[in-house]
Amino acid sequence: MIPLLRTALELGLISSLTVLALFLSYSMLNVCDLSTDGCFTLGASVGAVVAIAGHPYASLAAAMLAGVISGFITAFLQTKMGVDSLLAGIIMNTALYSVNIAIMGGSSLLNMNKTDTVFSKIQSIPVIGAFELNKLIIALLAVILVAVFLYVFLRMKIGLAIRATGNNPDMVRSSSINPAMTTIVGLCVSNSFTALSGCLLAQSQKSVNIDIGSGMVTIALASLLIGGAFIRSTKMSHRIAGAVLGAFLFRLVYTVALRFNMPAYMLKLVSSVIVIFAISGPYLKSRYPEFARRLEKRRC
Amino acid sequence: MLKLSDITKTFNPGTVNEKTALSHLNLTVNDGDFISIIGSNGAGKSTLFNAIAGSFMVDSGRIELDEKDITFMPEHERARTIGRLFQDPLKGTAPDMSIEENLALAAGSGGWLSVLSKTERSVLREKVALLNMGLEDRMNSPVGLLSGGQRQALTLLMATINPPKILLLDEHTAALDPATSVKVNELTDKIVSENKLTCLMITHNMQSALVTGNRTLMMEDGNIILNISGDERSGLTVDDLLTMFRTRSGRALDNDRILLSKNGI
Repeated sequence: MIPLLRTALELGLISSLTVLALFLSYSMLNVCDLSTDGCFTLGASVGAVVAIAGHPYASLAAAMLAGVISGFITAFLQTKMGVDSLLAGIIMNTALYSVNIAIMGGSSLLNMNKTDTVFSKIQSIPVIGAFELNKLIIALLAVILVAVFLYVFLRMKIGLAIRATGNNPDMVRSSSINPAMTTIVGLCVSNSFTALSGCLLAQSQKSVNIDIGSGMVTIALASLLIGGAFIRSTKMSHRIAGAVLGAFLFRLVYTVALRFNMPAYMLKLVSSVIVIFAISGPYLKSRYPEFARRLEKRRC
Repeated sequence: MLKLSDITKTFNPGTVNEKTALSHLNLTVNDGDFISIIGSNGAGKSTLFNAIAGSFMVDSGRIELDEKDITFMPEHERARTIGRLFQDPLKGTAPDMSIEENLALAAGSGGWLSVLSKTERSVLREKVALLNMGLEDRMNSPVGLLSGGQRQALTLLMATINPPKILLLDEHTAALDPATSVKVNELTDKIVSENKLTCLMITHNMQSALVTGNRTLMMEDGNIILNISGDERSGLTVDDLLTMFRTRSGRALDNDRILLSKNGI
């Protein structure tokens, strides 16, 4: 049971960075960023290439920078070029497929078995190495840093402006703030988290393939909605913690399901079903009284 | 001083739905003016406000504010000097954010990376207390929980927290119940006179259009057909106004809300 929990915790923490990215773009900015899959892979491939070149720490920064650039282009398309926000994400996703293979040198798979990664670097520290805590510690550290940063960021004036943009863009304009600017900043920040998440996942499993990010947006959305269902507070700190918790719970359920012989390829179906239920649940609930009345009438 | 010269705006040009909402309109608003604007449905009152606030660019003409050409300045930049309230009380605030956060954004003090300080919080709280609605004790509750009147009062405070050069009021009390509407009107008068704001107000209440402020404009077909102030205005009654409208526009005033409220408040 312990190794099971541990895997769930490690994977949950790493993917919670993408969940935090969606918390910013989806919950705060009200933009469904469909470039998430591509950006996740972008972070993974850039991180892998830089790590293979011998810079495991710089690989994190490089991945995040790549995420910022990707986020900037997605946001630029939807705020300045008149491309619908969903379409902008889909287009970016498609474009990133080519970009990612190009970054990996024309191959769709990179191996890091003999590469120094951030995880292998700290393995030499006695206690960490002995108990194989390296993945857990790095992932935990990254999540804490990102969550604290996000909390502070959302309290800053720029953070308030981003929240207001998702809430009422008219009000943002009348506060002399350009909503295009806040959307661009918001997506740059959120995509840097997504890319970091991809970079860490690739290094923890010591390989990248071009499909590493496929379905990430649905998985992260499912985690986000699960977290929101468990933590119903409106307090920002609780909601951020809820997003991380959701990622962990999602991975936990998934790992347990694998134990009960659910085939691994079912992950994406399960996450899609969760997202459907979480989004349409409240809608169906609000329609229920009308439905019940109709049923009542038919019975009479 | 706000100066509009020869402003024209046509919607859907070249289609069957073509509508000239503003037609070669000229208007000069002096500092300290409080102008009431009345007119039929579709006379171009709100379009005039949209043109001033920059919601769209006018097709031709020139808009100057304090001798500076703002014709092509985008809406969010104009918002620094032009405050605006809509009829819909939900339009001016972000519902999921707290009263404090809404005000902090409107106040806009500090850099992009600044966090609201304790002093700033207490200043905002004091300002909210001036509204006399008990909102100062609910600074952290989401604005979405407030009533329409409370939200409109808050929007008024947000629009004037940095006194604007021009305040545009687009029937901002029309969607409120009568008692709240009176209260928000009183608040508006208080804030406008305390800050000596220059103000343009669209209203459907003919009586208050004659009593409130120092000038009355009447609009029809995208132009100003009546522009009165001073002695000429002080002796007028609502019936005079209706007669003037009929003689100038060649037809009876048709604004459902005006007709319904002609003898009322």
